Amino acid sequence: MSDTVEAPTRVGAPNIRRTSGVDTAAGDARKRRTSWTPAWVAYLQAAPMALVFFLFFVLPLIATLVVSFWNYTEYSIEPAFVLSNYHDVFYGCVAKFPGLCTTFATYLSTLKFVAIVWATTLLIGFTVAYFLAFHIRTLPMQIALFMVCTIPFWTSNVIRMISWIPLLGRNGLVNDLLLSLGIVDTPVEWLLYSDFAVALALVHLYTLFMVVPIFNSMMRIDRSLIEAAYDAGASGWQTLTNVIIPLVKPGILIGSIFVVTIVTGDYLTIGIMGGQQIASVGKTIQTQINFLQFPIAAANAIVLLAVVLVTIWGMLRLVDIRKEL
Amino acid sequence: MAAGSSAYNSGCFELGMTVASAWRTLFCHEGHALPNQAADLELAAVTKTYGETVAVNHVSLKIPAGTYCCLLGPSGCGKSSTLRMIAGHEFISDGDVMIGNTIVNDLPPAKRGTAMMFQSYALFPHLSVRDNVAFSLKMAGTGKAARAQRADALLDLVDMTKYADRLPSQLSGGQQQRVALARALITNPTVLLLDEPLSALDPFLRIRMRAELKRYQREFGISFIHVTHSQEEAMALADMVVVMNDGRIEQIGSPREVFNTPKTTFVARFIGRHNVVPEDGRTFAIRADRLKLSPPAAADGAAATVTEVEYQGMSVHVALRRSDGTELLATLSESDFDRAPVQVGDSVSVGWQAADRHELAA
Repeated sequence: MSDTVEAPTRVGAPNIRRTSGVDTAAGDARKRRTSWTPAWVAYLQAAPMALVFFLFFVLPLIATLVVSFWNYTEYSIEPAFVLSNYHDVFYGCVAKFPGLCTTFATYLSTLKFVAIVWATTLLIGFTVAYFLAFHIRTLPMQIALFMVCTIPFWTSNVIRMISWIPLLGRNGLVNDLLLSLGIVDTPVEWLLYSDFAVALALVHLYTLFMVVPIFNSMMRIDRSLIEAAYDAGASGWQTLTNVIIPLVKPGILIGSIFVVTIVTGDYLTIGIMGGQQIASVGKTIQTQINFLQFPIAAANAIVLLAVVLVTIWGMLRLVDIRKEL
Repeated sequence: MAAGSSAYNSGCFELGMTVASAWRTLFCHEGHALPNQAADLELAAVTKTYGETVAVNHVSLKIPAGTYCCLLGPSGCGKSSTLRMIAGHEFISDGDVMIGNTIVNDLPPAKRGTAMMFQSYALFPHLSVRDNVAFSLKMAGTGKAARAQRADALLDLVDMTKYADRLPSQLSGGQQQRVALARALITNPTVLLLDEPLSALDPFLRIRMRAELKRYQREFGISFIHVTHSQEEAMALADMVVVMNDGRIEQIGSPREVFNTPKTTFVARFIGRHNVVPEDGRTFAIRADRLKLSPPAAADGAAATVTEVEYQGMSVHVALRRSDGTELLATLSESDFDRAPVQVGDSVSVGWQAADRHELAA
């Protein structure tokens, strides 16, 4: 059979050689058109995004980096190249060790929220995505329910956060209910302006960032794989751990990157829901900017950026994300 | 008991050559996992309805142990639903499926002793070939070393040992099929169910893998139930062809029976190479190679016009329209055609021996 396959190839071969011989005679420089579109058109198409990216992302980033090395006093900012800002950021971190300096304490507090919010959004996001992808059979219904998930995004972040206050406040609905049912005698204080409130609001805000990529990954799973697992005697739980979770890992990673980076840099939610009592890196930077201490704010921003980048790098090491893109 | 054990012996020691030895090491030394565990399969008035639509309508069928059975029919005829009900991937609306002496209606696939090979093989893309094959053992809680050893033995059986550490995406279609086969066989199924297993392959490979499937079925001695819409595939593979249409069985028989004595107009048309001719209020099927062409106005034939001539290599297809409007197909050997060549538009006389006619039910 292999002869049958090869025969036409062998017949065709001399032809190809002859053609290329003609080409050589005409000169190697002869260029073949590979597309009707001139090459520069592709660059033109990429230009608007590249320009926006450069003007509003790369330039400010460079400016921040430069400013972070400048000098400042109570009433002036001077171009210079000093490391004092970075020194100030980590002031006391070595001396106090193993005690925590302000910066480390702040990062630890942020890290705590990152861990809680990540774990919670992952659990909720995975469950919602699983329900949408595997229990809802029809595409129109999937789209409809997916739209329902996005409804909270029709209003702004701040309004969504503020609307927790009448619910969780000292005289809020939840406390009213608990009091009237006789479960508690005095209003529960930790519902609002607390770690709990911050975590709750962050989970509420960012769960969808986990749902979307996990749902996307799940929709790519060939349904016959699940049947094949069932055929091989796998229970529902075994199918989940042996087939579904390994296959949605890239989606989990993308969702995790969203949630982790957003929560690391968040200061609005922590500020409002924490009653301005809980420290966060973003809050520190905002305060410094309010006092026009741009160089130290820039240095803090660069450190935050480095922390986020290292986190993402670490997460990318865990899962090969290229498969998904 | 004595008779049973002698059957077991012959099953184990009279198998052919290389695969047989691997087979022996795999199954014959452990009493509970014998190849002659192959069991009869019986469908009793099995019905599948989806709301108002009836996909499978009272299908009754008995497949003896060790049969290569092809469910043949056009898409939407209910053959896949039937297979999936046997597999346990579809609930049975009415009727019973029996494997051996057990009614398996409410058993999950793994408890039925069936294994399924999926259309696009459904290999787990994140698992190596070895882990794919060992998957069901892992699910059953077999130890890592034991399941790797057994998976390797099965990979050896399908000649895929050197690919054990690859991912499915690094294999060709034919190789993927062998892995899927090994994965299905690792549970010692009594019946292997194949859902259009060859449709994902290119034509050359399809013919080669077809021969392999037949060989494995012969060597393992279990029943293969193979769903296909290709009559050529069914002819080549099956001991037993079940032609289905519209949720019902049209005909059951060996490929020869089905081809030479189609019961219904549908079977005659679907199996191909047949002319369906109405005569005296009855309908007859005549094989295309039994038609005789002669010069026009010959005594023993009807006048017809050539509408198409197709060269097929060993034969030539001549399409004709008889003067009463009936479309006919004559398959002539190349030499017969060359003796009296015809062209499109030629008038000829077409006829056949009365003995070559076969009356159809409808």
